[in-house]
Amino acid sequence: MSSTLPLSAAELVEQFKSRKLKVKSVVSDIFGHIKASEPKLNSFTALTEELAYQAADKMDAAYDKGDALPSPLAGVPISIKDNINIRGQKTTCCSAMLKDFVAPFDATVTQKVLAAGMVPVGKTNLDEFAMGSSTETSIFGTSRNPWDLARVPGGSSGGAAASVAAHQAFLALGSDTGGSIRQPAAYCGIVGIKPTYGRVSRFGLVAFASSLDQIGPLTKTVKDAALLLETICGHDVQDSTSADMPVPQFSAALGQDIKGMKIAIPKELSGDAISAPIAESLENAITFYKSQGAIVEWVSIESLKYAVPTYYIIAPAEASANLARFDGVRYGNRDRSSATLQAMIADSRGKGFGDEVKRRIVIGTYVLSSGYYDAYYLKAQKVRQLIKKDFMNLFQTYSAILMPTTPHPAFKVGEKINDPWSMYLEDISTIPANMAGLPALSVPSGVTNGLPIGLQIIGKPFDEATVLNLGHHLETQFNFHHRIPTGIQDLLK
Amino acid sequence: MTQFEPVIGIEVHAQLKTNTKLFCRCSTQFGGEPNAHTCPRCLGMPGALPVLNQTAVEFAIKAGLALNCDIQHKSVFARKNYFYPDLPKGYQISQFELPICLNGHLDIELPDGSTKRIGITRIHMEEDAGKLVHQGAEAIAGSTHSFVDLNRAGVPLIEIVSEPDIRSAEEARIYMETLQLILRYVGVCDGNLEEGSLRADANVSLRPVGTTPFGTRTETKNINSFRSLERAINSEITRQTALILSGGKVIQQTRNYHDNTQTTTVLRDKEDSHDYRYFPDPDLLPLLVSQTQIDAVKTTLPELPNAQRKRYMEQLGLSEFEAMVLVQDIPMNHYFTAVLDQNPQIDKTELAKWLVGDINAALKEANKGFDNCPIQIAHTASLLTLLTTGKISGKMAKAFIPDMIQTQKSPDDLLAASGGGQIDNSDDLGPIIDQILTQNPDVAEKIKAGKTQSANFLMGQVMKATGGRAKPDLVIDLILKKVTG
Repeated sequence: MSSTLPLSAAELVEQFKSRKLKVKSVVSDIFGHIKASEPKLNSFTALTEELAYQAADKMDAAYDKGDALPSPLAGVPISIKDNINIRGQKTTCCSAMLKDFVAPFDATVTQKVLAAGMVPVGKTNLDEFAMGSSTETSIFGTSRNPWDLARVPGGSSGGAAASVAAHQAFLALGSDTGGSIRQPAAYCGIVGIKPTYGRVSRFGLVAFASSLDQIGPLTKTVKDAALLLETICGHDVQDSTSADMPVPQFSAALGQDIKGMKIAIPKELSGDAISAPIAESLENAITFYKSQGAIVEWVSIESLKYAVPTYYIIAPAEASANLARFDGVRYGNRDRSSATLQAMIADSRGKGFGDEVKRRIVIGTYVLSSGYYDAYYLKAQKVRQLIKKDFMNLFQTYSAILMPTTPHPAFKVGEKINDPWSMYLEDISTIPANMAGLPALSVPSGVTNGLPIGLQIIGKPFDEATVLNLGHHLETQFNFHHRIPTGIQDLLK
Repeated sequence: MTQFEPVIGIEVHAQLKTNTKLFCRCSTQFGGEPNAHTCPRCLGMPGALPVLNQTAVEFAIKAGLALNCDIQHKSVFARKNYFYPDLPKGYQISQFELPICLNGHLDIELPDGSTKRIGITRIHMEEDAGKLVHQGAEAIAGSTHSFVDLNRAGVPLIEIVSEPDIRSAEEARIYMETLQLILRYVGVCDGNLEEGSLRADANVSLRPVGTTPFGTRTETKNINSFRSLERAINSEITRQTALILSGGKVIQQTRNYHDNTQTTTVLRDKEDSHDYRYFPDPDLLPLLVSQTQIDAVKTTLPELPNAQRKRYMEQLGLSEFEAMVLVQDIPMNHYFTAVLDQNPQIDKTELAKWLVGDINAALKEANKGFDNCPIQIAHTASLLTLLTTGKISGKMAKAFIPDMIQTQKSPDDLLAASGGGQIDNSDDLGPIIDQILTQNPDVAEKIKAGKTQSANFLMGQVMKATGGRAKPDLVIDLILKKVTG
């Protein structure tokens, strides 16, 4: 298989510009590679070849003529998580409920990506309705970690992360509610960023927990992430929670001097709380940043310990209402054997949703119930404010916070699926950024026993530029992105 | 025997008269092919998000100001969760803890002429649900299948909740009528009970006269006219009274009113009531309304019915009856105002008299109304001028009106065609009266003998001969003079 697929998106565009590579030939290569590797990886729920070749022809014409290109990512193949709408394509959310649902409209991010001339190669696998950390709850089966096919790629954007790590796509769009972009990015050795809440329109993203969900890039390099983020950010009147904030050119901030910049490391996510190789990787990063002139200090964020329990009240509460529309009446799975209206709704949902989704609907319904609302939901909202406040206090002094993305590297398929609480705890360091609405980036920071690990950088609201710049500095230490993951080395050289 | 006092509160759902729905840009038009006015948002498609209609916010503020409410600078949309096929998202977006309007009141006028103030607890905004059409039965029970029409889903409503200040079915009706008029006046609601753009639920409880604690209340639904509001409340008062007197206890429940039998039946008991699990809708930011915005809406608020009626009586000199009719008939009132605006010197009391009386009657006769009135404003003005300057008689004016409606001719043209104006001098009328007297000697004798009413018959003859143009009082004068003279 062609050696061009391991290029970064930015490198690929240079090849297009010089016309050493045609978009169409790369697209043809990539579909060849996807088809060869899918039996091992299961990253995709569907391919969008027709759309891809249409876009490829158009972009080749533009590059040939030397026309003004629609974006710095024109012609770059991208995968889209299967909870984001592409008009006329299925949006399944990897649920039996929506397995035949065809989206009647484009998500705002889809529109932006298509308008930017990117080439959609397919829809990627996820945990059912994005509820999970491993893609094991997908009706299409588990995606595999390209570094070790016995392990999960993480989740819920596991298919997205695997597709980029295995060079089945140069870029991916995922969504992150409690770490669903960053955790799989760390497990698969790629870059993933959850933007500030409100940065990217949620219109056309099937909602899991509306106050936490954000769409974001999964890419091979920080530069690619910056370029893709520039394309998909911006105020959108279709999403009332979208922020009307200027969008800086994030890619231009990369490589800026970090001398004197103050970085905080929370004690709570170090030492015994994390595995030894990850603690070591964190130490290495601290040494590196210090060598660049940054001031790195240990701090304490007391409210961090409440983040996971609070999340598992707020996210299910919102989900229980967001998923109420799946009642079998207008679209989606309908149980036709039911005798009454109540039975039809109950059975359509009973058969359409998997166990993890049901578990969260039950939790969410419970915490919103009369008599429990104050003790759970309202209390959780107060704790959420506290977490936000603790972060904002830190940002009075520090420009960014550095911590591991996950406590451990990727776990084995089946290892945690019957132990939901230990699965939930894997999100301990990703959840806080969602609770506080902050931008958070995961970058590859090393390999342990053949498995990639990642570090996370959290920044001030709307300061993705600093987060990306710090990530860019760190990434140069490892230069990870051209590597061929061990699990697919026989397919790609 | 214990005497009971009813304690009544009314919840009114009013459909806001916006062109588009509350959270999408679909039309709010009544009727239409089923599901023609729908889009991914109001169908609750995956990935669709609500976008608030600012006109609906403005209308809710307008209603709040007209009902003397405190407009809240911050209100919050919440999700009210329940499953039903006419509710596409599985929750209704409504306002719960923080509504847009609080602490208002409405003054109603009772039949004895006194005024009573009814408190308005709150007004909140919400979206309507769709509608189910059952086949093979009236309700879902027993039907073979049911169709879902979501044209109405997402149409903006305000719910106006009164304090339990109402003490009789009649007061409730007057409250509702006054409220309807105000909402129509400020132009935020059609106020059509039959089409459902205005719906009332009545909360009724009883307590022994002279005591203060409230009794257990019931909520009565399915009220679709002022008459049925009054009847439903009375039937509930009767039922609760009988129940208590027979040693029973009123239980908190929702009841359905049936107009054909004038009774209420249980819809659901409190135990069966939904737990709606309200929580703030995370898809919508809190609704922030600035004082500037409230002040801007205030300037668009028209004069309200009570104030206008007083002004019509005190400043324009209209009778109480005419002022009342004008205030209650908004199209007629607009027409009245338009004529006045264009003809400030016109006789206002005469204008009101003619609009309320003959013009209104003739329009009704012709199946027309003051909406798109076929009589041009200028024509009405010239009719009044001809009348007040004595160029035509009231009788002539009355005869012109149907023609003005049918042919849209001006009164001046009609006057010319009729052969001239009012005959108001004895020189012209004398010979005609002489002729009539000659033709009717027996009548003349009767008048001479003192039966002066018989002169009316002769006047009829004179009118016939003059095509109605003779000045009536002058004709009578001349007849009496000639006969007795």
